[in-house]
Amino acid sequence: MEIKEFIEHFAEQFDDTELSEFTPRTVFHELDEYTSLIALSIIAMVDEEYGVTLNANDMSSSVTIEDLFNKVKAKV
Amino acid sequence: MDGYNPFSLEGKTVLITGAAGGIGRATSVECAKLGANLILTDINEEGLVSTIESLNNRKVHRYITSDLTKDEEIDLLVSEIGVLDGFVSNAGVTKPAPVKFVNRTDLERIMSINTMAPMFLTQRLLRKKKFSKNSSIVFTVSIGGVYTTAFGNAMYGVSKGALQVFMKNVALESAVNGIRCNSVNPGMINTGLLKPGTYSEEDRQKDMQTYPMKRYGEPREVALGIVYLLSDASSFVTGHSLIIDGGKTLY
Repeated sequence: MEIKEFIEHFAEQFDDTELSEFTPRTVFHELDEYTSLIALSIIAMVDEEYGVTLNANDMSSSVTIEDLFNKVKAKV
Repeated sequence: MDGYNPFSLEGKTVLITGAAGGIGRATSVECAKLGANLILTDINEEGLVSTIESLNNRKVHRYITSDLTKDEEIDLLVSEIGVLDGFVSNAGVTKPAPVKFVNRTDLERIMSINTMAPMFLTQRLLRKKKFSKNSSIVFTVSIGGVYTTAFGNAMYGVSKGALQVFMKNVALESAVNGIRCNSVNPGMINTGLLKPGTYSEEDRQKDMQTYPMKRYGEPREVALGIVYLLSDASSFVTGHSLIIDGGKTLY
């Protein structure tokens, strides 16, 4: 799996955040639009796209998008 | 006050399912009169054409024939439409049967049209970001199953009860995006929902007496409730169920 594609899927869960704000080093918990509903959307997206079940701890312990990508990649 | 109309739908693009007849057709007629641009869908093409022909300013409206119980047809419909300001999910069927006669074939058909089709169409419209920042979704639910329990109404009631729950979840999750979601919950309305002869005229008359207003409703009386929920007049209303039942649920 590619990080570029992962970031695209990640960004699709947001409505108002500029695409340019999503990079591997983005600290996603600090995005203004990030909410518990978006967190749930990301967990559902990862399940649908990659067949990987993330838990709440995976989300909270990931600082950047790349951290989360690495967790998903390890579970694929 | 010239032209003052908080219920205006001028310039709003609205998708209406089940538009070939009944409440869907009446809603189309009222929305067109109030200035909306309509996209109508139904499985019944003949009925859609006849609805379109009855509309004001009919050239701005279009119809797409679709069987919303099929995923690929939902996808095709969604791909053919642009940004919406309104969506009225109205298609529905019933087949009365006592609990002892509940069966998988009928239940799956009713659930698939009344519950799953609106759920998946809404899901895809949201997923494809088809709603503007000031938009409104309206589900035609029912009082049946939600507020009233009637002999033979288990399958229909279950399908509508589930849709009512879905409506509230859509309202909760979409509010942040400026999308409101509500339902109208009609009592018995004079539409083709029940096949002629399902109940005898005597039974119908008896049933009407259980309505404080002593009659069934007309499709337009529901359509105008839908208009309110689509319009900016209801801009702070979401997750609400508007009962339109001539007082039936007062008892």
